[in-house]
Amino acid sequence: MFGWGVLKGMLVTLWNFLLTYLWPKKGIFTVQYPEKKLPLAQRYRNFPFLVYDGTPHMIRCVACKICESECPPKCIYIIPEKDAEGRVQKKPAVFDIDYAICMNCGLCEEVCPFDSIFMDHEYEISKYNRAEDLMVRKEALLKPWEYFAKIRPHDFERIEAKRAAKSAKAKPVAPAEKPSQKPDAGPTSPQQGSVPKNG
Amino acid sequence: MAETIDQIFVLAKDRFLDLLGIVLPDWIILLVRILISIAVLLAVAPVVMMYMTWLERKVLGRIQNRYGPNRVGIFGLLQPIADGIKMLTKEDIVPKNADQVIHFLAPVVIVIAPLLVLAVLPFGRNMIAADLNVGLLFFLGVSTFGVIALFMGSWASRNKYSLLGGMRAFAQMISYEIPMVLSVVPVILVTSSLSTAAIVEAQLGWKWFIFTPWGGFAALVFFLCGVAEVNRTPFDLPEAESEIVAGFHTEYSGMKFALFYMAEFISTFAISGLAVTLFLGGWDGPAFLPSWFWFGLKTFILILIMIWFRGTLPRFRVDQLMGFAWKVFLPFTLANIFIAALWALLPYPKNFIADTIGITVILTLLQIFNRKETPKKRKYLYAN
Amino acid sequence: MSLPCAPTLKTELLEVSIGPQHPSTHGVFRMNAVLDGETVVKLKPVMGYLHRNHEQIAETLPYLANMPYTDRLDYICSMTNNFAYALAVEKLAGIDVPERAQYLRVMMAELTRLVNHSLLIGFLLNDLGAWFTPVFYAFREREKILDFFEAVSGSRMMCNYFRFGGVKADLPESALDQVRRIVRDYPRFLDEFERLLAGNEILKSRCQRVGILPKELAVNASITGPMLRASGVNYDIRKADRYSIYDRFDFRVPLGMTGDVYDRYYVRVLEMRESVKILEQVLKQMPEKGDILSAKGLQACRAPRMWKPPAGDAYGRIESPKGELGFYLVSDGSPKPYRYHVRPPSFINLTVLEDLCIGQKIADAVIILGSIDIVLGEVDR
Repeated sequence: MFGWGVLKGMLVTLWNFLLTYLWPKKGIFTVQYPEKKLPLAQRYRNFPFLVYDGTPHMIRCVACKICESECPPKCIYIIPEKDAEGRVQKKPAVFDIDYAICMNCGLCEEVCPFDSIFMDHEYEISKYNRAEDLMVRKEALLKPWEYFAKIRPHDFERIEAKRAAKSAKAKPVAPAEKPSQKPDAGPTSPQQGSVPKNG
Repeated sequence: MAETIDQIFVLAKDRFLDLLGIVLPDWIILLVRILISIAVLLAVAPVVMMYMTWLERKVLGRIQNRYGPNRVGIFGLLQPIADGIKMLTKEDIVPKNADQVIHFLAPVVIVIAPLLVLAVLPFGRNMIAADLNVGLLFFLGVSTFGVIALFMGSWASRNKYSLLGGMRAFAQMISYEIPMVLSVVPVILVTSSLSTAAIVEAQLGWKWFIFTPWGGFAALVFFLCGVAEVNRTPFDLPEAESEIVAGFHTEYSGMKFALFYMAEFISTFAISGLAVTLFLGGWDGPAFLPSWFWFGLKTFILILIMIWFRGTLPRFRVDQLMGFAWKVFLPFTLANIFIAALWALLPYPKNFIADTIGITVILTLLQIFNRKETPKKRKYLYAN
Repeated sequence: MSLPCAPTLKTELLEVSIGPQHPSTHGVFRMNAVLDGETVVKLKPVMGYLHRNHEQIAETLPYLANMPYTDRLDYICSMTNNFAYALAVEKLAGIDVPERAQYLRVMMAELTRLVNHSLLIGFLLNDLGAWFTPVFYAFREREKILDFFEAVSGSRMMCNYFRFGGVKADLPESALDQVRRIVRDYPRFLDEFERLLAGNEILKSRCQRVGILPKELAVNASITGPMLRASGVNYDIRKADRYSIYDRFDFRVPLGMTGDVYDRYYVRVLEMRESVKILEQVLKQMPEKGDILSAKGLQACRAPRMWKPPAGDAYGRIESPKGELGFYLVSDGSPKPYRYHVRPPSFINLTVLEDLCIGQKIADAVIILGSIDIVLGEVDR
C-alpha cells in the first residue's frame, strides 16, 4: 500500500520528538554552549603555547628554530635573544605565532626536542582584528608548566619521566642541558657559527 | 457559566456595541460592528502567524533532537518578536532590473487573500465574521488568487530561480485546486449548503464527516491538497530551497520577505481551519470547554501534522506532483462524490456497505492504474 | 524546441547557473544548466573555486609536513586521506608497520566510512527536501565517532593521526570502550535510519530510475567507490588490492543492480553495515599491546626535514569512502617530494555528472550531484 513507508518514517520522527521530552538526556544532543561546555579530551589540540618553569623568565624554549622550520604553513617566527656582546643566547627574543595561519596540526609539539611548545586547550579565541590580534607574541604565548599538568595530566607524567631520565643521563657528561639528538645540531650550528662574526 | 465563557467574545462585542448605541445612530453601529470584526482578525492573524513560526521551529527542533529557539525569553517565546525586529531593520533590496512596481506590490497583494478568507471561518459558536451563504465558495475562490501574487513576485524579480518557482507555483496551485474543490463537493452534497456555519451545524453532536467512509478519505485528500495549496513540504516545490534557492521569493528581503512568510503561515492556518470546519466538526466538542477552544485545538493539531510532515518527508518532483494530483486525487475525488451520494441516498447499514465497497474498488483501480509509477522493493547482491 | 501540442508557440531554453553560491551544491561548485522547462538539456560543471594549490604546496614541504594538508583534502574523512598518503610514503621508502598500528589504521578508516556515509545520506535527503532531519540524526551519531577521534588524535576533523610506519599515538585508556559503544549502537541507528528513509515512497519515487549510470560508462569513466558498485561492478580496493590487513577480515561487497540514485544510496547503507562488521572483527583481533610506530617510521617522523626517502616513485591507494583515493609520489632523494599527485575520487566521479543529468529534471540534477558524494576540498584541491 502506497504510504506505508511514509507512515513508518513519520513514526520515527514522532518517537524522536517525544523522546526529547520524555528522556531529554538521551533525546537531545545539543549542548547549551556558553553555559555548558563539554569536557575536552586530553589530547585535544588547538593553538600552540610556550612553556616556562616557575617564572616567565625561565622559558624552556631555546630558540633552536626547529618548530619554525618544520611548521607546515610557516606560522612561527623566532629571533633568538642576544646579550650585550651580541652573542646568541638560548632564549627567544621574539616568538610570534600567527593564529590566522596556524592550522593546529601539532607538528611543532611533536618535533620539539626540549618539550617547550605544546598545543593548548583554549578555544575561545575570537578576535576583532585579524592582523594584530591574531598575531600572538611571546608574552601572550607563555604559560606555566603547571598549566600543562592541569590540562594534560597524562602527557605531563610521560614527559616528566622522560625529562628526568634525560637529565639523569646528561648530568655525568656535561652540566649544561645538552640534547643528544642529531636533528638539533642542524638549526643550531649556523647560529653558533655566526657568533664570532658578530662578536 | 460555561455558556458565558463559550460566548465571551460575542458578548463582549455586543456589550460594547450596546454602549455605543446609547449615543450613536444605527448605521454607525453597523459599521462599527463590521470594523470590530475586521480589526480583531487583522490583529489576531499576525500574532497567530508569529507564534506559528515559533511553534514550527520548536517542533522541528525537537524532531531533530535539538531544543529549538530558547534564548529570547522563556522557552524562546519572544523569538518571533526578535525576528520581527530583525526583519523590519533589514535592508530592503530591490534588484536593479526588477519591475519596481510589481515587485513592491506582490508581497502586499499576497497577504490579502489569506486575511480575507479568515472572514468566513467559524471560530466558535456564533463567532463568524461574515456568515456568507456562499462562504465555502468565497474561501476557495479567494484563497486561489494568492497565486497571482506569487507569480507577480516571481515575474517581477527578473530572476531565473524566481521564474521557475513562479511557474511551478502556478502549475501546482491550479492542479491542486481541482481535487481540493472536488473533495469538498460531497460535503456540500450532504449538507446542501455552502455556508460554513451551516456545515458546522450539520455536524453537531459527533456527526463529524471524517467519521464517515467518504468523509475520511475526502478529509485526507482535502488536507493534502491544502498542504499543496500553501506550498508546504512535501509539496513545497515553488520554494524548494535545495533546487531553486527560495523560489518566488528569492529576491525579497526584509519585511517583504516576512510578508511572504506571513501569507504562507496565515493560509496554513486558514486551510487547517477550513479542514476542521468541513470535516472535523468545526467548533463542535464536549461542552465543558468553550467552542472556540475546540476549534483552536483541532486547528492546532492539523498545523502540528503539517509541521510533522515538514520534519519527515522529502519533496516530490514536479512531474510526480502533477501526477499525484491528476492521476490519484482527481479520479478519487470524482468517485468520492458518487460514494457520498450513495451515503445520502441509502438507509444506514446499507449505505455503509455500499461506501466501503465503492472506496475499495476505486482504491484498487487507482493502485492498478498507477502501478507503473509506484516504486518497487529492491534486492541487493553481495560479492565476496 | 517546441511543444508538440502547440507547434506555433515559441519557447526558449533557459540557462540557469546553479552555484557557486547555492544551497545544495555542497560547497562552491557550479553547474551551468540549460533547461527546457524543467528538463535539463545541457549541463556544464564548473569547478576550481576552492583551488588551494595542494599539490604544488606539497612539493615545497617535507614528507611529513604534508600529512596535515591531506586532512584538508576531503575534510569529512581526514583519516582515510592520511591513510592513503601514509601508504604511498611507506611504499616509497619501504617502511614496515607494526601489527597494532595496522589494526588502529583499519579501525580509523572504517569509522571514517561510517561518518562519511551517514553524513552523505543525510545531505542527500536534504537535497531531496527533507528539512534537515536526517542530517541531524546523522550528526548525532557522527558526534560520537568524532568524540572518539578527538580523544585519540586531538582533533575532531583534521585528525593528522597517521604517521609513516604507524600512527601518532596509542589509544588513550577508555577509548576502546568508546569504540565498542559505537560499534554496538551503530546498527541500531542504521535501523532507525532505514525505517525513516528506505521505505519512504516519496524518496523511492524520487530516487529510483533517476540518474542511471550504466556499467560500461562507469568503467570507462573510471568511476570508483560506492558509485561504481551501485552500477553493479564488483570492484573494491579493499578486496582487489588487499592493502594493509584487509585480507584478515571477513566482509562482503554490496552491489547495486541499476546504478540509479537509490542504488547509490542503498549500497552505502549496506556498506556501513559491512563496516560495522569489520570493526567488530578489529576489536576482537587487535593485539592488546604493541608498538604503534616502527623503528624506520620513527626515523621518518622524528625530524621530517632531515628524512630522505630513496629516489623512486610509488602509488599508494585505498578504498576511501568516496572511492579510490591515491597518492602518487616521485622522490629524487631529497627531503621533499619531487612530484606529488592526488587521485581524488570525488573529482573523477564528478566527471560523469553531465551524462547522468541530461534528460532529467532540474530537481534530479541536484540529487544526482548529491548522490555522487563530492567534497569540494577534494575536487578542487
